[in-house]
Amino acid sequence: MSKRHAAMLGLFGAALLGTVLLSFLLGRFPIATGELVRILWGRLFGLETAWPEAMERIVFNIRLPRVGLACMVGMCLSAAGAAYQSVFQNPMASPDVLGASNGAAFGAALGIWLGLGSRGVTGMAFAMSLVAVGAAFAVSRRAKGKQLLTLILCGMMLSSLFGAGTSYIKLVADPTNQLPAITYWLMGSLSGATLDDLAFAAIPMALGLLPLWLTRWKLNILAMGDDEARSLGVAPERLRLLATVSATLLTAASVSVSGVIGWVGLIVPHVARRLVGNDHRVLTPASMLLGAVFLLAVDDVSRSLLAVEIPIGILTSLLGAPFFLWLITRRGDAF
Amino acid sequence: MTVVIQKLCYAYAGRRVLDQVSLSLSRGEMVSVLGPNGAGKSTLLKCLIGALTPCEGSVVIDGRDIRRLSPRELASYMAYIPQAHYPAFSYPVEEMVLMGTTAHVGAFSSPGAKERRLVSQALERVGAQRLAGRRFASLSGGERQLVLIARALAQQARLMILDEPSANLDLGNRALVLSLLRSLTREGYCVLTTTHDPEHAYLYSSRIVALQNGRVMADGRPKDVVIQRVVDALYGPGYAVESLHHDRARVLLPLNALEDLPRKDG
Repeated sequence: MSKRHAAMLGLFGAALLGTVLLSFLLGRFPIATGELVRILWGRLFGLETAWPEAMERIVFNIRLPRVGLACMVGMCLSAAGAAYQSVFQNPMASPDVLGASNGAAFGAALGIWLGLGSRGVTGMAFAMSLVAVGAAFAVSRRAKGKQLLTLILCGMMLSSLFGAGTSYIKLVADPTNQLPAITYWLMGSLSGATLDDLAFAAIPMALGLLPLWLTRWKLNILAMGDDEARSLGVAPERLRLLATVSATLLTAASVSVSGVIGWVGLIVPHVARRLVGNDHRVLTPASMLLGAVFLLAVDDVSRSLLAVEIPIGILTSLLGAPFFLWLITRRGDAF
Repeated sequence: MTVVIQKLCYAYAGRRVLDQVSLSLSRGEMVSVLGPNGAGKSTLLKCLIGALTPCEGSVVIDGRDIRRLSPRELASYMAYIPQAHYPAFSYPVEEMVLMGTTAHVGAFSSPGAKERRLVSQALERVGAQRLAGRRFASLSGGERQLVLIARALAQQARLMILDEPSANLDLGNRALVLSLLRSLTREGYCVLTTTHDPEHAYLYSSRIVALQNGRVMADGRPKDVVIQRVVDALYGPGYAVESLHHDRARVLLPLNALEDLPRKDG
């Protein structure tokens, strides 16, 4: 890693730290910086409480899970997006290319329609997300022709199949309470995040991030195409399977706890590619840090811009797409 | 290092593209595989690098069948240099070459200082140090071909397999790349290329294999292969093979052009 890259990563890390602190301060219930530091310090080292209990509750039960979840989801969706792009040798690939998002959406809608509790809905979303991608893989294995292309086509078909299922459930769901719940879930939200959600998502996220981290050098070689990868000493089929399964775990875990938050997995890796280049040794950590910063910042806007919270899925597109359009006109050689 | 290809067969959809191809290669050789479109040149390369599995026959390197080698072991024997291309994502030249060292590092690790030294040596060997900091996608066709050869050098495999290394290159770069490859054979590398150009094959290679309809129709020294009979069989009766510079070069003249075009001196 060059000095410039190390400095960039340091900068992104500092930006993340700053955004995290800012996110703790923002909200309907104002907390001053000094108080926040004292509260965090107090919890860590057992200081005497000299502040209202409500304040401590807000920090630890409401803001901490929300900030934590935004970081985790942002990191994971971005890491997954960067990996998918190299696996498919296509800068347009995003974490939902194989149907992970639509599968999760269907699972969540089904869960809400069946009247499952929030944990049931999350579990259902996670399971269906894996089912969708698993089915795409299973079908593409039986197909003739170019493996990558058929895999993407299978993913698209399964996406639309699960999309149709979600639409049907919306049609038959109870319009007074179930339908709004489904619609709200589909727009994505980090509100109401609990430490339970964090714990639920943490294991698949860790399981997904670890292989992507360890194989970050080889992901570069996968982007060269199968024949070259093989002759450079990498078994392309095996690595692709490992990377796809890992990225899918990340996507499924993220979507199941936060709803469908589009664009993060496409935009953030692109921004990272523009800033640090395509080498996954730098790209993977850079995407993770920037993803966390981006989602945290968007979530801050979503909960403090208007009196009513704006679903984060809407904001990621609203802020992300123009930013991306601006970026794409600036420098032209990163692809 | 010796490579023995024995009775290799490959069929696409029931049609035999390679039919009992047998060849052997050893160190210091520069072998050109010549043949018309569809003769099976690319298929032969793909069977060699393990991208296609032949339906019959075997490829044995130093006594080891390549089907029993892991990708990493295979990469330590042979390097594949594709036609200069644009990958989906662009990398700096240094990293492109560094990818050649992948087989030397562990499954879950990244190349380090030792690998970086191999990269600068390889770039120096092909005379492309000045390109080290450039982006691969910003290079010209000839420069990209040099960088891909440097990547193969960094891989430290003794057999280099190239898919039409001189296609899409201008005359200057063609001469540069081909003479670089020939000079590598003097250092003990074995170079196998496919080509559409009998004249260059004659000039630069130590041996030429002519493929036709998936079969080896000639295999030998360039002066025994680039002859009227073989050229007629490969490309039809439209060319005259002529010798130049005391037979150090042979050219193929298209007869219908000689016939139809007006004389230049009148």
